[in-house]
Amino acid sequence: MSAFSVLVEVTLRPGIADPQGATIERALPALGFAGVRGVTVGKAIRLTIDADSADAARAQADELCRRFLTNPVIEDAVITVG
Amino acid sequence: MVLFPGSNCEHDVIESVSLLGGQADVVWHGDTDLSAYDAVVVPGGFAHGDYLRPGAIARFSPVMSAVAAFAAGGGPVVGICNGFQVLTEAGLLPGALQKNAGLKFLCTTVECEVVSTRSVLTAGASVGQVLRLPINHFEGNFTCSPSTLAELEAEERVVLRYRDNPNGSTASIAGVCSAAGNVVGLMPHPERACNALLGSADGQVLLRSVLSAARTPRVPA
Repeated sequence: MSAFSVLVEVTLRPGIADPQGATIERALPALGFAGVRGVTVGKAIRLTIDADSADAARAQADELCRRFLTNPVIEDAVITVG
Repeated sequence: MVLFPGSNCEHDVIESVSLLGGQADVVWHGDTDLSAYDAVVVPGGFAHGDYLRPGAIARFSPVMSAVAAFAAGGGPVVGICNGFQVLTEAGLLPGALQKNAGLKFLCTTVECEVVSTRSVLTAGASVGQVLRLPINHFEGNFTCSPSTLAELEAEERVVLRYRDNPNGSTASIAGVCSAAGNVVGLMPHPERACNALLGSADGQVLLRSVLSAARTPRVPA
């Protein structure tokens, strides 16, 4: 069994309003940052999973996202196993 | 009245239920026996600190299995504000509550229109009736897929709508119910609108409906 570092990035699903991202994007020109677009806000969750393989760690992270870390009605997750 | 660590509207619910002739007790979130009760209210507040997402951790509290069983047996279950968020996370109601469109915590009184009377919360009201109710939330922006919305509308499961949408909710939805109508969630606080001295008594008609449903024999959902 090995320890796998797992990064879960939680983002709002396409089409779901992202008021935080929109507010940040609107604030940028006033701070002197021109030409920055497509700002979205999500969450990064880091975990260490003890598993027999990277695939097994990923499968467990998938299940964790589905049942707990994301709300599938509004959120998606991207899982990176390090 | 289910109490999670971080709930903070339980006394308002107990007070208003007593005022209307009912009797309310607090059930701790670690308890699993609801057999002594005729209705369940999941109150407002910040269950488990709202960590991760409002309701995300509360749905795993032991009492929630009992609430799900109570709902499946046709018992009236009402989630107010954070309680609505908990019921959506628990899968007892459709959709999700995300951050308000204006990114402001809203604490004000709004007008809501009764859209459907086929829920335990609105059975005693009339369609078109306008109620002045307080809102007090940051994550009250009701969101669901277009297919869920179509289903809710077709089955008359949208029970309350804001007249002037304060938070960006899909179709101005302030409250929805389950297919059987016995599980209801709403963002406004009827328990804080039960006395004209507090600015409005319009919440009484809603809580009276729940008390009336509590006295009626249950039909499994």
